Amino acid sequence: MAKILMKGSEAIGEAAIKAGCLSYFAYPITPQSEIAEYLAKRLPKIGGTFLQAESEIAASQMVFGAAGTGVRVMTTSSSPGISLMSEAMSYIAGAELPAVFVNIVRGGPGLGGILPSQGDYFQATKGAGHGNFRFLVLAPANVQEFVDYMIKAFPLAEKYRNPVMLVGDGLIAQMMEPVDFDNVASTPQGDVESWATTGCKDRETNLINSLFLDPLKLEKFNDKLADKYNRMRDEEVVYEEYAMDDDPDVVMVAYGTTSRVVKTAIDEFRKEDKLKVGLIRPITLFPFPMDVLRNLSAKSHVKAFGVVEMSIGQMLEDVKWATLERKPVEFFSRKGGIVPNPDETKDFIKNIFKKIGA
Amino acid sequence: MQYEITFAGFGGQGIMTAGKFLAQGAMNHGLEVAWVPSYGPEMRGGTAYCTVVISSKPVGSPVVKNPGIAVVMNRPSLDKFASQIKPDGILIINSSLIEATSEREDIFQVQVPCNKMSQEVLGIGRSANIAALGALLGVKEMIPKEEIEKVMETKFGKKPKILEDNLKIFRDAYELGKKQRKNA
Amino acid sequence: MKTIFKRPDSMTDMVTHYCPGCTHGTAHRMVAEVVDEMGIRERTVGIAPVGCSVLLYKYMDTDMHQAAHGRAPAVATGVKRVKPGLIVYSYQGDGDLASIGTAEIIHAANRGEKITVVFINNAIYGMTGGQMAPTTMPNQKTTTSPYGRDVNDVGYPMRMCEMLQTLRTPSYIARASLHDPLHSVQAKQALKKAFAYQNENKCFSFVELLSICPTNWGIPPVKSMDWLVERMLPYYPLGVFKTPEDEE
Ligand SMILES: Cc1ncc(C[n+]2csc(CCOP(=O)(O)OP(=O)(O)O)c2C)c(N)n1
Repeated sequence: MAKILMKGSEAIGEAAIKAGCLSYFAYPITPQSEIAEYLAKRLPKIGGTFLQAESEIAASQMVFGAAGTGVRVMTTSSSPGISLMSEAMSYIAGAELPAVFVNIVRGGPGLGGILPSQGDYFQATKGAGHGNFRFLVLAPANVQEFVDYMIKAFPLAEKYRNPVMLVGDGLIAQMMEPVDFDNVASTPQGDVESWATTGCKDRETNLINSLFLDPLKLEKFNDKLADKYNRMRDEEVVYEEYAMDDDPDVVMVAYGTTSRVVKTAIDEFRKEDKLKVGLIRPITLFPFPMDVLRNLSAKSHVKAFGVVEMSIGQMLEDVKWATLERKPVEFFSRKGGIVPNPDETKDFIKNIFKKIGA
Repeated sequence: MQYEITFAGFGGQGIMTAGKFLAQGAMNHGLEVAWVPSYGPEMRGGTAYCTVVISSKPVGSPVVKNPGIAVVMNRPSLDKFASQIKPDGILIINSSLIEATSEREDIFQVQVPCNKMSQEVLGIGRSANIAALGALLGVKEMIPKEEIEKVMETKFGKKPKILEDNLKIFRDAYELGKKQRKNA
Repeated sequence: MKTIFKRPDSMTDMVTHYCPGCTHGTAHRMVAEVVDEMGIRERTVGIAPVGCSVLLYKYMDTDMHQAAHGRAPAVATGVKRVKPGLIVYSYQGDGDLASIGTAEIIHAANRGEKITVVFINNAIYGMTGGQMAPTTMPNQKTTTSPYGRDVNDVGYPMRMCEMLQTLRTPSYIARASLHDPLHSVQAKQALKKAFAYQNENKCFSFVELLSICPTNWGIPPVKSMDWLVERMLPYYPLGVFKTPEDEE
């Protein structure tokens, strides 16, 4: 089979199956109900488990239960639904279980809108729920990449026994792009008998739990989690460099859909204005590509950074921290479901160059 | 090389399908493509649209403010999209339902009686979208027209009569478009 | 000139966004008429749900509060408890009330909150494009029950009136239908009763209205009315299930 033209949401569903995830619990919400609708058709045919829960609270607790048995399991939702899942997310991290969550982010807060947004950056990277825990957060920028990272998400979740979240938006979920499933292969799952609730025949009993009444033990457990997140910082950072070869004066930072717009703006700007601008695109939002940005901020050729988001300045804070604001960090955003267009993004780049006097 | 084409019309006019056929054909031809539908509140007004981006390199921004080409199937779409086309762009107008043309003089406008061309073959206007697609390829052969024909063969393959009718509509419209091809 | 038909004062002149044949508009109007007739417009607060009727707040010319998905009875409780002089009602679909909001509706009823709940049962999720609801009929095809609702897998449709009836706390619980004019008149009478009980500070009141969704059922409006009669009415019997006067 060669490339097929596929809608993002359906590709996400198919990718989960290809990743070996045959268990899915969810509650409908625009703009990603098509993932549930796709899996409602597919999973019963291949012996998988599809269940529409009565709410996102329940869907995520079903994921908690299924993850406890050691199977590959996922749920998908959009912003308001993800908020309702934060309780289960915290328990899943607290019980050290692998599970995959997909957030097709829409405009907020509250009921907001249904169009593309990146307003859940803080929630995904820093505040998914109560207590000391982190998600490993992946932000693919096109349908093929979504498929590729869906496949990687499950082994990553298993490696750390920690939930992994993929974030996208309605544009990626609704658009069709070519997808190649030929080169995607699921990684075999490791042995889960040492911890999963599969029934204690011929072994010691297993317990899925996040209760620690002894503060010293809880502190120790928190330290263990901290180690885990530090290991992610060491081993899992992924980012893309675009137009960075000729030591650009201005470095843009953008992820997901926004990064695609920035790329187009960079191409056109370089052609028209003959000035050097490049892009660092975080693919892991946590762990954030801290080192590359910090190193760049110390380079003499870099005069300024430019951050573009579909939110009011969330990743911006990470960029400022990463660069220690050694160079000015300029910011441009559209919100409310509006995707920045290449022209206004180009104007933003132009203004940065004006400011640094080029 | 990059083309951006917006297809717009009422829901039910096959707008999304016309875009998908083009995207599929271009992908089969080895090009990079993205098919981006309108979704959400804007669809409630009755106008649906999709944008197809065809490129020789990976598609950057899937959001297109000013497409090079627009195919409009109803009057509200003409009013909305004619002004957005890039200078020197192309506007295909379904003249069966739209009497007007755009006042712009910096774009190339082609009137195609899409519903009529469908009616002449099928008795109904259902394949007006196929006529529009044929005319578009005639005016601007972004990919060989055979690629679209192949897509139609796979989509309608099980229904030979429907395939044959649609191929005829597509080819007639292609010829009509080709005759009007700008000699610039 | 004598006016014999006009828009209720409690409604705005906004054109609704509903699909052709949808019964949400009828239900909105009935609620507004009851509010008008009881002369309570200026002390009414409506709670809009998440669902097709989320825009209720645009159509009602009274104070309104838009709630999160399923939480309307809890929001209504908050309003009513701190302002007992207000008339507070929630208006909710079957996904909103019977799925994600099951806990809130049951506990509001059990506490005997002096609020009124208007429950639209159209056997499907309208807003999100036709997924299965707890009220979806056996074997009914929806986008998330593509092979038909399998009662062995996801259970039988939930009968909310019958469930709420079992609570010991006194309440008014009724089911009516909007499939023809006669039944619609009865539906309005039930709504009037419900608001009257609240106005007398008597009890929690709940009116379920059987409704249609031609778009997501994929059935033209008139045929949809037949479908309601043939498929829904036998399973969802109409009538009053409980009144506060009932003996305990
Ligand atoms: C927390 C949350 N989950 C999901 C949704 C998406 N959603 C919006 S309306 C709706 C269901 C609507 O169905 P119903 O209550 O039956 O009302 P109808 O549209 O049929 O009138 C859902 C699931 C949401 N807005 N918030």
